[in-house]
Amino acid sequence: MNKPLIIRNARIVDPASNTDQIGALYVKNGTIEDIASGEIPGMPHDAQVMDAKGHLLSPGLIDMRVFTGEPGHEYRETLASASKAAATGGVTSFVCMPDTLPAIDDGALVDFIIRRAQTDCCINVLPSAAITKGLKGKEISEFGLLKQAGAICLSEGRNSIQSSALLRQAFTYAANFDLPIAHHISDAGLTGEGVMNAGLFATTLGLKGIPREAETIPLSRDLQLAMMTGVRYHAAQVSCGTSIEILAREKQKSPTISAGASINNLALNELDVGQYRTFFKLAPPLRSEDDRHALIAGLNAGTVDTIHSGHDPQDVEVKRRPFAEAASGAIGLETLFSAALRLVHSQDTDLMTILRAMTARPAQILGLDTGKLSKGAPADFFIADLDYPWVVDEASLKSRSNNTAFEDARFSGKVMRTFVAGQLVFDHHNEVPIV
Amino acid sequence: MSEQKTHLSTAIRAENNGANPPFPHTHLLGISQLNQYDIENLLNRSDAMVPISRQPKKTLPTLAGKTQINLFFENSTRTQASFEIAGKRLGATVVNMSVNTSSVAKGETLIDTATTLNAMQPDVIVVRHPSAGAVELLSQKVGCSVINAGDGAHEHPTQALLDALTIRHHKQRISGLTVAICGDIANSRVARSNLLLLGAMNVRTRVIAPKTLLPSGIENLATEVFTSMEDGLKDADVVMMLRLQHERQSANSSKLPITPSIREYYRFYGLDADKLSYAKPDAIVMHPGPMNRGVEIDPAIADGPRSVITEQVEMGVAVRMAILDSLLNRGGKSIE
Repeated sequence: MNKPLIIRNARIVDPASNTDQIGALYVKNGTIEDIASGEIPGMPHDAQVMDAKGHLLSPGLIDMRVFTGEPGHEYRETLASASKAAATGGVTSFVCMPDTLPAIDDGALVDFIIRRAQTDCCINVLPSAAITKGLKGKEISEFGLLKQAGAICLSEGRNSIQSSALLRQAFTYAANFDLPIAHHISDAGLTGEGVMNAGLFATTLGLKGIPREAETIPLSRDLQLAMMTGVRYHAAQVSCGTSIEILAREKQKSPTISAGASINNLALNELDVGQYRTFFKLAPPLRSEDDRHALIAGLNAGTVDTIHSGHDPQDVEVKRRPFAEAASGAIGLETLFSAALRLVHSQDTDLMTILRAMTARPAQILGLDTGKLSKGAPADFFIADLDYPWVVDEASLKSRSNNTAFEDARFSGKVMRTFVAGQLVFDHHNEVPIV
Repeated sequence: MSEQKTHLSTAIRAENNGANPPFPHTHLLGISQLNQYDIENLLNRSDAMVPISRQPKKTLPTLAGKTQINLFFENSTRTQASFEIAGKRLGATVVNMSVNTSSVAKGETLIDTATTLNAMQPDVIVVRHPSAGAVELLSQKVGCSVINAGDGAHEHPTQALLDALTIRHHKQRISGLTVAICGDIANSRVARSNLLLLGAMNVRTRVIAPKTLLPSGIENLATEVFTSMEDGLKDADVVMMLRLQHERQSANSSKLPITPSIREYYRFYGLDADKLSYAKPDAIVMHPGPMNRGVEIDPAIADGPRSVITEQVEMGVAVRMAILDSLLNRGGKSIE
């Protein structure tokens, strides 16, 4: 193993212990050996010492919703390229979605992802497994075997299961194996041919709208079934104010319900679609500014538990099309932290809240021992300069696809160094400047 | 307001030695890009084009040597013919291309076709496409002017201009009139372009449709919204009927029917003599075609004395001649 590492003079923010202090972190053998306010007592003389110059030191981010193209669509993204993008964004663990070719619905495929991640990836890749065989929404997959193979949770990826009976069976069986379910909610009938938020703006563009009820109706159904079955249920992504009201009410009744929101829905709104910009065609769609504010309020109140990037690489072939025909999705691993920091700089929320939603909460929901800075935990963390000004440049993104919703965005604050198990996996200072 | 505008446009003409000012746009993608003066300018130019089609020798050499491509991803006999005749009357070489959209990769075809056609150095491409925004996307990929001949439920600017020209011929003005647009507003690009144009010209616009055919936010685009023909047509100067695309009902069974039945739709929203009696006695009746007689309009009204539907078709050629001339002769050698 490498020499022990001490990072001193850091602003250590750890949502799990609710601490925000100037201090030092002592890393040995890939785990956190000690953490202290001020200096590490009896500092070992053989340790490499790094001065963080008062910058933020946070637990590594855990992104609960990441799509890659491996296996099947490696030209969009491989696990390796996604992990480089993640490291650049301070993400030290991500849950990869089962929407691959073939779909991750079998223990052997979960095993493939885990092995591929071990050899190719510099961060922790946590495979989720398909709720139904082949993501077809017909019959449930082998939850027990999938869990044994290493699936961290169940997900139907981009798809949303429509049958209440099938969901009831899946929730019940998942509860049996104590596997969490993260379900994307979208009523197929109400969504119909809709491609963006329903309203004046969609009407003006001549595009078919998706009403908020396409989310709130299946959300209510899922929450009732979750309480009926006792499953650890995570509403993968909510986008509108009414969903926050429903969640706030129902979460009081059950501690095993949680909900996530995409950074896109927290930082952008439907007007960003502009003149048919397909990088802003997302699922769920970008909603109104009122909905965005309701989501932030939900985040501050703890109703929204997690923030994810929804990283979804799509190539030019499927994006450079008329809006209604283009694929949904945007990449986001590299911009997740900086975009979330916008909400802090705009004083809509605070640093502890956004970090909690990307570290401690996802770790609790998934049952991970990461997402915190405590003695004995894996040394997964990042250092960020909260005021570093930078502009998102499509050409310098690590992802194989460039469909970012933050192209040319001006950010204050950037991840400078990322560590996984004590190893430096990203260093901003080693990046070749783009001239 | 209207006098002021007339004065200003007259003043602009005077500054140009009596000529219409050059058209300030490269493409015609939608009415939303035009202001009142652009619209008046185009209507004035269209007026000048009307007599050309009525004289024995119907051609002018203003677009001689220019190449016009009509690229239609959606079937349309009348709009394509109208653009073809307009181009030919101005001396352009016109090529028609119909692209079958039933192939899987529609978008791929669009960009590929745009790149291919652009390499052939056309001067203008007239595009119709079933997806909203497709024409604008194509315009970003070519080096020539692009005219939107209808994109999904977004815009159909030449239809709105020809409607305005027809109204102006009959009412001698546009500003201050009350215009009712009736029928399938939700799926109509004609309705959107007309609402934008008439809104810019200070018209009192009304939309009339069952709630199922009213898109959300429509109250912000029209002056008034009605669900009853009798209420909405009261004192209207112009009645615009829209085509009910009921043929899509049976073709695709996965979609919900647009209306429970034709007979119910006709009973409540079809234009007949009784409903028309609520409008002003001199109200004119318009329809972008092709009509469904007995669905949205009584044949007796469609072919009756107050119908200006065939005149709309004639004005369509004039408007399209004016737009082709405006886009391709922005240097100023255009006809007057």
